[in-house]
Amino acid sequence: MRKFASVLIALAAMALCQPGFAALQVDVNQGNVQPLPIAIPDFVAPTAADAAHGQDIAKVVRSDLERSGLFKPLDPKSYIDQIANINVAPNFQNWRVITAQGLVTGQVAMQPDGRLRVDFRLWDVYGESQMLGLQYFTQPTNWRRIAHMVSDAIYQRITGEKGYFDTRIVFIAESGPPLKRVKRLAIMDEDGANPSFLTNSYLVLTPRFNPTAQMIAYMSYITGKPRVTLFDLETGRSEKLGDFPNMTFSPRFSPDGNLVAMTLESGGNSDVYVMDLRTRKSTRLTYDPAIDTAPSFSPDGKQIVFESDRGGSQQIYVMNADGSNQHRISFGEGKNGTPVWSPRGDLIAFTKQAGGQFGIAVMHPDGSGERILSNGWEDEGPTWAPNGRVLMFTRTIRGGRGSQIWSVDVTGRNLRRVATPGDASDPAWSPLIQ
Amino acid sequence: MKKFAIGPKLAAAVLAIFVVGCAKEPPPPPPAPTPVVAPAPAPVSKIIPGSAEDLRVNVGDTVHFDYNMYAVLDADKATLQRQAAWLAKFPAIKVTVEGNADERGTREYNIALGAKRANAVKEYLVSLGVSAARVDTVSYGKEKPICSESTESCWAQNRRGVTVIASGANS
Repeated sequence: MRKFASVLIALAAMALCQPGFAALQVDVNQGNVQPLPIAIPDFVAPTAADAAHGQDIAKVVRSDLERSGLFKPLDPKSYIDQIANINVAPNFQNWRVITAQGLVTGQVAMQPDGRLRVDFRLWDVYGESQMLGLQYFTQPTNWRRIAHMVSDAIYQRITGEKGYFDTRIVFIAESGPPLKRVKRLAIMDEDGANPSFLTNSYLVLTPRFNPTAQMIAYMSYITGKPRVTLFDLETGRSEKLGDFPNMTFSPRFSPDGNLVAMTLESGGNSDVYVMDLRTRKSTRLTYDPAIDTAPSFSPDGKQIVFESDRGGSQQIYVMNADGSNQHRISFGEGKNGTPVWSPRGDLIAFTKQAGGQFGIAVMHPDGSGERILSNGWEDEGPTWAPNGRVLMFTRTIRGGRGSQIWSVDVTGRNLRRVATPGDASDPAWSPLIQ
Repeated sequence: MKKFAIGPKLAAAVLAIFVVGCAKEPPPPPPAPTPVVAPAPAPVSKIIPGSAEDLRVNVGDTVHFDYNMYAVLDADKATLQRQAAWLAKFPAIKVTVEGNADERGTREYNIALGAKRANAVKEYLVSLGVSAARVDTVSYGKEKPICSESTESCWAQNRRGVTVIASGANS
């Protein structure tokens, strides 16, 4: 198991760094953004041994920025200039000719202590100024993380929003024929790299990260009945959460990581409970004989959004974290479920079932401003990027032809399939890794 | 059930007589003499009373539900009455009712709906005199379809409660 907390990264502003005037920017709130043309040549390397890292890091940065939909990395074959020394200002005219508005120059060099040093600069080609310059040190095996951190820094400098490339996705890897599906807990980097399985062949569903991305709560059928289970990524150990006679499912951590909201079933009836991980005491929050499930905390931890069919059809409700003031917020068309509060607090994403379709939609926590972001045969189960700008969800193909993970910008743009090793469902986005 | 005591050879003979008796055409040529050693066991008569197969084949283990509903349908009550009678006959057997949903619902909701369906089956069995302690429930939501097409017919098949033996089966 890769341990994120142990990664050693030094970060320093470089001498040439003169942030301030930002002519080069992308407004992510615009409904229709032209991707920003940007050139990212292979990072220079003093030795042939470092050259591969320089190429690999630049390639990952190009891929990250392209995937965001906000950048258009230019084909390296179109470059007419070469970067030989990142400490010399580039010949901006040669980058303007190929329509680049942004330019990233970088270098990698193995240090005597065995660490890899990575430097990069972000240039405003038209403003002829440096926007950003950063330096990282890491173990060479962590070069991918450094590449994602470079991408995050560029994204943040140009959009004003935090990036989300240095994150991971926990999900359910699916295999086998439609009627004998094998579902396993799996994890990968946000770009699909480094996939690995965490469980074997018993049924598992709906994994969720805790706020430190070290713990995963999920539903496991390993004992025959679904039980909320915790998986510790550091130790690789799993543990059933609580000792309840019946089913427990749909877990989700509180923003401080101390609580898990989940559903307990008793006598066929499902209600929302909260368990305190420190005391292992559980508190019942809903008492309705209808189905109450799929809880998700607000980012301040003071409220919980959940779904219930107490009004006759599956709809979205909000309550205080102590269970008080339960009130319906979804009044749009069709049935609405699997609500997830944005980490920014401004929106709730959910699954809308209407007109024979399942789509991903967002609305404000008071139920206003509903917008549909995707529509498919069976799009469901949204999860937010830590910056609240992008969502992933499960797209199931009609006729038992498998499930895929897709992503979409909160504006509804940039709908695309996420790279997974085989079929996949139930994605959960990690917070930014510390 | 006496027929289960019939040996394979005799069963084959009984079957042959039955077929002959039903024929409306002129009688076919006399059947070839039964070999001393039957090449394959007869397809019937192998089910052990009180076994999983007995429950599935002779009693009926599955009931169905309307879309988004969990009430036991009148059409399925006879099946559950047979299950209750069968459970009375084999008191060592404990069962689990598995509730299932079609694909046209979200994952968590379908888990909860399947739990309501499994519980409805359990409650009906208990109303017929089966001890609640002998009937456990579980929900698979939409995770265990038996039909994969996205059609009304498949969804109807998948909206089901299945009674399976948890322990105490004869084998």
